[in-house]
Amino acid sequence: MIQYLTYFVLSMFVGREVISKVPQTLHTPLMSGSNAISGITIVGALVAVGMTEGPWARYLGLVALIAATINVVGGFLVTDRMLQMFKRGPVKR
Amino acid sequence: MTIELIDLAYLVAAALFIVGLKRLQSPATARGGNQLAALGMLLAVVATLFLREILSPVEVIVGLGIGGLVGLLLARRVRMTAMPELVAAFNGFGGLASALVAAAEVVRATGWSATLTITISVLIGMVTFSGSFVAFGKLSGRISGNPLSYPGQRVVMGLVTAGAIAAMVWAMAGPAAVFAPLAPSLFGVLVLTGLALLLGILFVLPIGGADMPVVVALLNSLSGLAAAATGFVLGNTALIVSGALVGASGLILTNIMCVAMNRSLLNVLMGGFGQESDISASSVAGALDGRTATATTADDTAILLAYAQKVIIVPGYGLAVAQAQHQVRELADLLQELGVEVKYAIHPVAGRMPGHMNVLLAEANVPYDQLFEMDEINHEFETADVTLVIGANDVVNPAARHDQASPIYGMPILNVDQSRAAVVLKRSMRPGYAGVQNELFFASRTRMLFGDAKDSVTALIGEVKEV
Repeated sequence: MIQYLTYFVLSMFVGREVISKVPQTLHTPLMSGSNAISGITIVGALVAVGMTEGPWARYLGLVALIAATINVVGGFLVTDRMLQMFKRGPVKR
Repeated sequence: MTIELIDLAYLVAAALFIVGLKRLQSPATARGGNQLAALGMLLAVVATLFLREILSPVEVIVGLGIGGLVGLLLARRVRMTAMPELVAAFNGFGGLASALVAAAEVVRATGWSATLTITISVLIGMVTFSGSFVAFGKLSGRISGNPLSYPGQRVVMGLVTAGAIAAMVWAMAGPAAVFAPLAPSLFGVLVLTGLALLLGILFVLPIGGADMPVVVALLNSLSGLAAAATGFVLGNTALIVSGALVGASGLILTNIMCVAMNRSLLNVLMGGFGQESDISASSVAGALDGRTATATTADDTAILLAYAQKVIIVPGYGLAVAQAQHQVRELADLLQELGVEVKYAIHPVAGRMPGHMNVLLAEANVPYDQLFEMDEINHEFETADVTLVIGANDVVNPAARHDQASPIYGMPILNVDQSRAAVVLKRSMRPGYAGVQNELFFASRTRMLFGDAKDSVTALIGEVKEV
């Protein structure tokens, strides 16, 4: 448990360092992109659906899998759609 | 061996997430960064599927198929103006998935500490889920965006929270690993689920529209923390690391939003801000301390703009409502052809989510190097010949600087009142979200151009062409 807590706390610090430098212009893509990353829960859902015997775990896992996949696929795609709109202006003379 | 390979794949995925987020520090590298993070996710999923040999159950294919299709359609179809509610909805799906994965572990949990992590995960995930969908309803206009408060609000919140904690304790106290409908571990989690859903609804309902940037950022953070909590349940470091990254990201944004409104998170969450606007009769009629606002016309404004050297445009939520971003870009292009320097000033809480205005203007092909953050541009208003305020209100109210009695006192604002002239595009003299009349509108250098933002800007385009 302490080991997991260590990973958690250190990752929070890494996140803070990396993300506090993201400019305001990209805050919306940051939210949708990081949200897609939080869809990493999908690997937990896959294991719940694929490896447990009981119906309880399997059906909960299936709903979780659908929700997590929406989150991951939709999140990364919509972030990509947004980011391709951000363009630099013509170089000034 | 297989387990080590999976863990290795998860480590690579987590590294790709961090590098991907790092590349979001510049618009030039951001798209590649997002794709790198997506690659990391693909790697984690493929490793899980193949190395654990769980390709066979039809449920896996069904789940991935349905989820992928819905995600694809949502991402492709959504209009850019609907982005705040889509982000809220995706947060909700993430929270739901984390809570359900944790709940699926209930029957296997042995010992109170395992059940504790499950209940924490269910609590955070379900609050994120219901809270996000209330936010979705408010942002898309399906639920009234007004702050909704009721008598005894804090008492009800306190009772529901206490009930949720009691359900957590109950679930932990019960004998573990029993699958029966009334077993405390299972029943406790079910009760907790219900109360957590209620808590999420109660937490977002009282919060008004203009405070939504804080709520969306906070829910973003919670969706990450829910994934991390599920990582503790499963003993999965990929979930813990990725969840913590997202949790930290959301917290940073939440903090930026609160600082930009000079309010504490608690103050925002208590809700009801600006609902009982004490509008005196005189301010409704469009007067403040005996001064009246001066209206102007599109052709006068066009002349002002066309002969200016420097114009600053201040967009606000009204621009998003009127969907006038394309017209604004066209107007800016025209002015630039006439040799006018055009810049955009973006307040951190303009709109309904962090970065809302930037996405809207990017959609209209406004280059991001013409967009400036508050601190970058505030000293430039003095040298601006005209500032065009389009659908922004409280964030340009000079009362925030000096009127200690004002509810927005202390909030950092854009110094529009320092520019040589200001033209405010607005439907009427109705006060902004904070419920106070805006001093800027009554300043001697300010003119009001009444009407729908899109219509007004279209008229301006026509007039500028004729100058």
